[in-house]
Parts: sequence; structure tokens; C-alpha cells
Amino acid sequence: MNSRLEARFQQLSAENRAALVTYVCAGDPDYETSLALLKQLPGAGADIIELGMPFSDPMADGPAIQAAALRALRGGQTQRKTLEMVRQFREHDDATPVVLMGYYNPIHRYGALEFMRDASASGVDGLLIVDLPAEHDAELGPLSRQYGVDMIRMATPTTDAQRLPRVLAQASGFLYYVSLNGVTGVGQADGAQVRDAIGAIRQQSALPVCVGFGVRTPQQAASFARDAEGVVVGSALVECIERAATGEKAVEAVLELTGQLAAAVRSARQ
Amino acid sequence: MQTATTRFSQGADAHGQFGSFGGRFVAESLMPLILQLEQAFNTAMAEPDFLAELDRFQAEFVGRPSPLYFAERLTALYGGAKIYFKREELNHTGAHKINNCIGQILLARRMGKTRIIAETGAGMHGVATATVAARFGLQCVVYMGATDIERQRDNVARMRLLGAEIIPVTSGTGTLKDAMNEALRDWVTNIDNTFYLIGTVAGPHPYPTMVREFQAVIGRETRQQMLDREGRLPDSLVACIGGGSNAMGLFHAFLDDEAVRMIGVEAAGEGLASGKHAASLKGGFAGVLHGNRTYLLQDEDGQITDAHSISAGLDYPGIGPEHAWLHEQGRVEYTAIDDHQALAAFHTCCRQEGIIPALETAHALAEVARLAPQLPSDHLMVVCLSGRGDKDMPTVLRLMEEQA
Repeated sequence: MNSRLEARFQQLSAENRAALVTYVCAGDPDYETSLALLKQLPGAGADIIELGMPFSDPMADGPAIQAAALRALRGGQTQRKTLEMVRQFREHDDATPVVLMGYYNPIHRYGALEFMRDASASGVDGLLIVDLPAEHDAELGPLSRQYGVDMIRMATPTTDAQRLPRVLAQASGFLYYVSLNGVTGVGQADGAQVRDAIGAIRQQSALPVCVGFGVRTPQQAASFARDAEGVVVGSALVECIERAATGEKAVEAVLELTGQLAAAVRSARQ
Repeated sequence: MQTATTRFSQGADAHGQFGSFGGRFVAESLMPLILQLEQAFNTAMAEPDFLAELDRFQAEFVGRPSPLYFAERLTALYGGAKIYFKREELNHTGAHKINNCIGQILLARRMGKTRIIAETGAGMHGVATATVAARFGLQCVVYMGATDIERQRDNVARMRLLGAEIIPVTSGTGTLKDAMNEALRDWVTNIDNTFYLIGTVAGPHPYPTMVREFQAVIGRETRQQMLDREGRLPDSLVACIGGGSNAMGLFHAFLDDEAVRMIGVEAAGEGLASGKHAASLKGGFAGVLHGNRTYLLQDEDGQITDAHSISAGLDYPGIGPEHAWLHEQGRVEYTAIDDHQALAAFHTCCRQEGIIPALETAHALAEVARLAPQLPSDHLMVVCLSGRGDKDMPTVLRLMEEQA
């Protein structure tokens, strides 16, 4: 069976354009607003949705996504509610892939088997667990393959050619290329370095490559969309929620920026 | 329990795990760094030159060996076990923390790193890190929770005096765990020149092993000192546990001596039932945080919850993975002492022995107060006097005023 991720990348390849991958944190600022936003993201131009599972100690994230996680937790978001949110989204949209992104402990507490079973049943397509490197594939890898959920792996500027095969070994769905040394939303990626890195990955893998961490503006998104199969924008979207006075305004602002990013990504190769 | 092939002192396996605990749960960006660190550590520990240099600094800069002291009046007061103090509070900077810092800074130099970062709770590890960084002329940045900066002003002043830059951490709850998050964020941003000097037996492999190795000098000395003095090994060892570095340091040399009983003392804060404590083993669940699997204070959803203790140094929602393993194996007993009991033991130690202990250490002393009276006079008990209490004066004076 073709996964939603595979189908989406095939479709975009046929259209000769990259995917816009949008990150928002589940339950930010509250469940209803977050679900409403989720349902409207594809219409605004998101090709793949990365949905953050809020965690109290997001060590790889910068201030914007840390704040988003805390807003969501204060709003009462839990792992169960995040899966329920995906289920509700799926009733409305059966084509847009949803990748859950977060940290291992909330899954550990939920129970790896129970989580994988429930995530798969809710319509989750992939998992990107920041603190589960390839060395710990045994924690969730076998279960994810059993339940048909892709394990998205990260490669970074510190992942050298020697190490890359290890990262790619159990990766599926797509490869998330972290464009800079640092945390999310802080700093700016070096375009030439990213192009070289994508080239090196291509020699070892046929997986689509999505570039994230230092991508904020439509211009930056467009520049990466020329070479990569996808561009991930997170902090810039999440900051729209932080700045908005009301939930309604937050949704409006995120969708507006999503539209601008989508337009840039779609015209990047023309 | 122990089998023919299991030795409790064996340490971590090739995956950096103690049984199911430990490991390398870090983002891909950090993975190459910790693999590189592990290699550098293993290489250094096999080189006589490195070990000789370490010994020299332990002797001349730290002031080792620290004395093993017979606590005669405390022994008489409790009327049971013969109580010895391993005097780690007499080390340079006033705690056991510097044993580890001197080891890691020598390693950092060998690796060509020029910038040292650290997290600190009570500030003792921060002071020890700032001290060794000053000694070797390296840049030093210390992350400290804003809440802790407020309650540990003297140590903040010491660190600044030693040339360290203190970065207040306001994210999360502004305590030790948030300082550690922030240090990890710094490390991943400044990978080329920066060495992360972790202060306890936690974090991704090789840190729990590395910190334990540098602290194990405590137990090695104790073993020899006890043999010299009493002609035999001690019957029991007692140490307080936040992350658990002074306890691992004291215990390690005795782990395979089955007859030696070991007790690790967590902080029960306002009581285990109150939910306001720092006892990860007694009141937590297995989970993954800061690079390792261990017992953690967390809610039903896997969100990390705040630790509470009168002593900022025990105020951490986790415990070193080797302790988690020794707990599961039943090799070490773990107990918990609340704020009130610790404070009482603090005062007793001041008056009986003329030693002002750290509030962290007072938790171990309170366990001694509980155990010693039940034991015979030929029972030899060693408690790790992990730190001096000068830093705790404001806290203790405030509590005395409140009670007056």
C-alpha cells in the first residue's frame, strides 16, 4: 500500500515542485483553535503537516517552539488529545500526511506499543522523535514498521559521510535535513552548505529530503525548494500564534503566512 | 540479582546502558559529539600521562586525599554504629564536585576545546567549573535557573569573581533541569569549540560513566583509609542523591563487596505524600530526559514535573541511570529524607562535630541518625560529607527565624 507520504511526494514530483511542510504545536493555544487551524492548513498551501507533541523540556527547540509547547500544556493538551486531534483532522482530510514531532518521554510514558497502535489508528503517517537517534531505533523502529508509521530521521551538518549510512539505515518517509547547528528558529541556514549536504545524501539515498530549522521567510523557503523535496517552516508560524490577540487572529495570521510560503515554494523551480 | 557473569561494578555496556537505563537519547546533532567525547575519554583513561596529570591536580589543586574522620561525638550521641565522615567538604571549593571538574577540564584541554559550559543548581558545580576554567584560562559560561540565582547569591558572586559568565535561565521553571536544557541548546549551537562539563552522573553516555570514574576516587580512598584504620572494610556507606555523583563516587569501589551495605538518600522535600519532593526513585517512573533513560518525576502524560527540596543541589527531577540500575538490581538501598529531618541533622552535625554540612549532605546525616542507633557498636558506617554548608546560611537562617 502506498503511504500518504509516498503518494504526496510522487504527486509533487510530477508537478515538479517541493512540499511545504508546516509545523504547528498541537493544542497551541488551545485545542479548538489548534484543530481549526489544522483543518485549514492544507487549503492555505501546506502539503505536509508536522504536528508538535508538546513536551515540558524541549531541548532541541528555540524560544518560539518552547513557548508554544508551554501554551499548549497550559491549555490542557495531552498525548491522547493530540491523537484525537489527528483523528478529527482525518475525518475531514484523508490525503494530507501528518507527521508527529516531539520528544520520547511522553511516548515512553504512554507505552510504546499502545502509542504506536493508537497513532496508527488515528491516521498518523510518520513520527519524528528528536531525542531518538538511529542508535536507539530498537525503541520504536520495529513497532513503527509493524504499524505502517514512517520513522523520519534527521541528518545535520555534524552527520558526516561516514555516519550518514547509519542514519539512513532505518529511515523512511523522508529525511529531515537540519540546516544548521543549533535549535529551531534561531540562526539562518547557509544555502551553499545545504545544497552540498543534499547532494551528499542523494548519493546514498532515494528518500525525499526536507530542509528545516533556519527557514523563516518565503524567500528562504523558495531558495531551498529549488533543491530539496520539501521545506519545513515552524518557528515563524508559531510566532504568529504568540503575537495574535485572539485564537481567531492566530489562525488568520498562520494561514496568511502559509499562503505566502506556499506561493514561494510553488514558484521556486519556474 | 547478581549472577556469575554480572558484576555490579561492570558499568555501562557498549550502548552506554546499565541494564535498560542510560543510553544516548540525544538529537542527531549531538550524536557525533558524544561519540567523539566517548572516544577521547576512553583514550585518555588508558594513558598513564593523563592519569598522572589527574593525580597531580587532585593532590595539589584539590587537596586529595580527603581525610576519613571518626565522628566520635555523633557516634556517642546515637549510641550505635561507629560513624566515619569522608571529608569531601574539605576539598578546594568545598564539595566533591571539583573531583569531576578537574578530570573533565583536563579532557577538554586534550580535545582542544576552548569554551566550557556547565549547568548548576545550588551553584557548587558552577563554582567548581568556574574554578578549573580559571585555572586553565578557558572561557566559562554557566547556565543557572533564575530561581536558583535568587536563592544562591553567594555562589553566583563566586562564579563571577572567577571570571565565569552566568546566564540566567527563565524558560520552564527556572531551575536545574531548565539550566541543563539551556546548556544542551548552547552545546548544539557551538559544537566546534565548546565542551559541556556536566556535573552529575546523568546525561547521555559517556557522562554517567565519566563523572563516576572521576568521582570514584572518593570510594578508592575510603577503602584504603578504612583498611589502614580498622583493618577491614566498612559495613555500610551512606550518601545523599540528587543526580547521585557523590554517592556513585563513594559506592563504586565497594559494589562487588557483597557484605558492604549501601544506602542512597533522596530528598523527600515536604514529604513523599505531598507530591513536593525530589525523590525520583521513590516517587517517579522510568522515562527519558537529558539523554538517558532513568527514573523521573513526571505526570501521567510524561511531562516532567518540578522537584522540591530545601536543598537546591538535590532539586532535580531525575537520578543517574547507574543508580536506577542498582536500585532495580537491589544492590543499593534507596531511602528518602524530608526537609525537616535534614534540617534537624544539619543542626546536630554543627553542634556535635563542629562541621557545618551542606543541606544536601544533611540528608545523608539524617539517614545516619535513623540507622546508627539500631546498629551494634562494631558496625562501621561511612557517610560522605559531600559539601560544606556556608552556601546554605541564608536558607537556614530564614528557617530558624520562621521557627523562632
